Amino acid sequence: MAEYHRSDMLAAAPSGYCPGCLHSLATRLISDVITELGQQDNSLNVISVGCSALNLLYWSGDNLSVAHGRAPAAATGVKRTNPERLVFAYQGDGDLAAIGLAEIMSAANRGENFTVIFANNQTYGMTGGQMAPTTLIGQKTTTTVYGRDPATTGYPLKMCELISQLPAPAYVARFALNSPKGVREARAGIKKAFELQLAGKGFTFVELLTNCPTNWHLSPLDTLEYMNTNTMQYFVPGVYKDITAKEAQA
Amino acid sequence: MVVINDSLCKNCGYCVKFCPKHILEMGKTRNKRGHFYPVMTDTDKCITCAICAMMCPEGAIDVSEEKEG
Amino acid sequence: MGEKRFMKGNEAIAEAAVRGGCRFFAGYPITPQNEIPEYLSWRLPEVGGAYVQGESEVASINMVYGASAMGTRAMTSSSGPGISLKAEGISYLAAAMLPALIVNISRGGPGLGSIQPAQSDYLQATKALGHGGFHAMVFAPNSAQEAVDLVYNAWDYAERDRNPVLVLMDGCLGNIMEEVELPPMKELSDEDIPEWSLSRRNGRDYQGNITPIYTEPILEGINMMSGEMYKAWEEDDVKVEEFLMDDAEYVVVAYGIASRVSKEAILRLREEGFKVGMIRPITLFPFPKKNLHDLDYDRVKAIIDVEMTIPAQMRDDIALQVMERAPIYEYGRSGGMLLDDDGVYEALKEIVTGGNDNG
Repeated sequence: MAEYHRSDMLAAAPSGYCPGCLHSLATRLISDVITELGQQDNSLNVISVGCSALNLLYWSGDNLSVAHGRAPAAATGVKRTNPERLVFAYQGDGDLAAIGLAEIMSAANRGENFTVIFANNQTYGMTGGQMAPTTLIGQKTTTTVYGRDPATTGYPLKMCELISQLPAPAYVARFALNSPKGVREARAGIKKAFELQLAGKGFTFVELLTNCPTNWHLSPLDTLEYMNTNTMQYFVPGVYKDITAKEAQA
Repeated sequence: MVVINDSLCKNCGYCVKFCPKHILEMGKTRNKRGHFYPVMTDTDKCITCAICAMMCPEGAIDVSEEKEG
Repeated sequence: MGEKRFMKGNEAIAEAAVRGGCRFFAGYPITPQNEIPEYLSWRLPEVGGAYVQGESEVASINMVYGASAMGTRAMTSSSGPGISLKAEGISYLAAAMLPALIVNISRGGPGLGSIQPAQSDYLQATKALGHGGFHAMVFAPNSAQEAVDLVYNAWDYAERDRNPVLVLMDGCLGNIMEEVELPPMKELSDEDIPEWSLSRRNGRDYQGNITPIYTEPILEGINMMSGEMYKAWEEDDVKVEEFLMDDAEYVVVAYGIASRVSKEAILRLREEGFKVGMIRPITLFPFPKKNLHDLDYDRVKAIIDVEMTIPAQMRDDIALQVMERAPIYEYGRSGGMLLDDDGVYEALKEIVTGGNDNG
């Protein structure tokens, strides 16, 4: 037996996302957690560029919309001056792992006390499906029409693996939103990240594997299976760093 | 009790796929945005697990433990 | 009476910013402005503010963007190459209607150029601080004291207009030590946090959105509002000094360090009986158009644009007001070669004695 009630942090209208887009599920999960934590009025969403910017009209908490890739920098300015706020940046893979690579790594390395939620769908959705830094080898996009070739484009960036190598971050984890189990774990992970932030424990990073039915040219249901057989084989879900795990051991 | 807010539905089918009791199916009518939306075929079999609501990207499904009526 | 101190121009700017209410700084090292971040790195924590050394100028200006969105008085400083990198963020500040103070302690250019002082960023400051067609108010002090006064009150303009303000000062003024009189600390409370900000400390209990993205037709309306604001600046906010202009036949136009060097040369020429004066823009944008436009061109024989950059960058702004009623000459040094009294004196002397046909 369980209950579910939609958070009033979401506008009383459909999201701007395409049918089956897991961006909207991620947004909904975040709203659920913030509501559960009673942080509706205290939360501040730093909105990046890409499909994630659609949340500007959907998200009824405080929103700060910023330049492409710069959300961790702007969030630094927000949180350093207003440490009492629950601050989270919501970034896609082009935003975070390409143009904003310096900003995310540096904010993580400084241990900035905010949360970055990283929606990784391996493509630039908003601009029409170009190759992203996370695009899988062989994956066809509008700029890799024969499939991504590592000889000229390198390899998909594993952000959790990179960030978890840094000493400062408190929590680094990856979840896939293509199954009830993954969604349940993601919700718990987002909650944990927010709780650590509210406790002042430092930088928290939650990567959510999402999809793009429109630019993957798959039905919503087929994207979920594609994630199982392709995405999750390369981007392996799991908790990559958790300072509370050490505390629990000690 | 499961209440489907059909006006939010975009017909992705996730709720239908993941319902453990297989009692959700896509209906034959469209909402005002043109999307088909799910209907519950046998409310008595619903165990209010809320998996349908958890998987709905739009938050279009409300689940409460109270019985219908 | 304020507190008197002997300070470098850069340090004076930093202290004046703190006293003017600045509580956030983010920046990246670059010569010749390093004393500003160095000073603020220890000074801001003393007053409950925050200092962040960003990973780049790009990140730093976006940190300022975040802090400013919270209603915090925020600033960054850099020099030409770094201001170019900040162009993105400055444009976004203007779009999101966020106040901020940006200081450019300028050096020789283009490119990496020279770390030595130069006035090579006039056009960038006044015409092209970023993409999308916007302006910031540009202050160009010519002494540490004037820098203190302008920086101290910079947020009055920035918050009034919800728009960034630029202070453009060259590396000479940033690094020479002068006596300054410091104003008292502005004590700001939570009640002073602007209502439009995303802060909740001021009691705001409704949702806030700050965004640099607009859908049509809202964006056109925003552009029109900006246009009206720039016009209002020309009416209300021009700052200019006129020096020995009552009877001037030869008018030097110079700002910042060039105006100080020119002043010495003008005084020497006055002793020799030449009627030379100077118009010194303190605001480069809005430009003191009227002062140049309304000159008595029956009396004025020539305009001389003196700048520490080659070619002169202010010349077109001057020419639009002179309207071919007098010849315009220019004199400058650049690339880290400094203007000096003798050089400016000799250049002006040649013009006032009719020996220069470079009009």
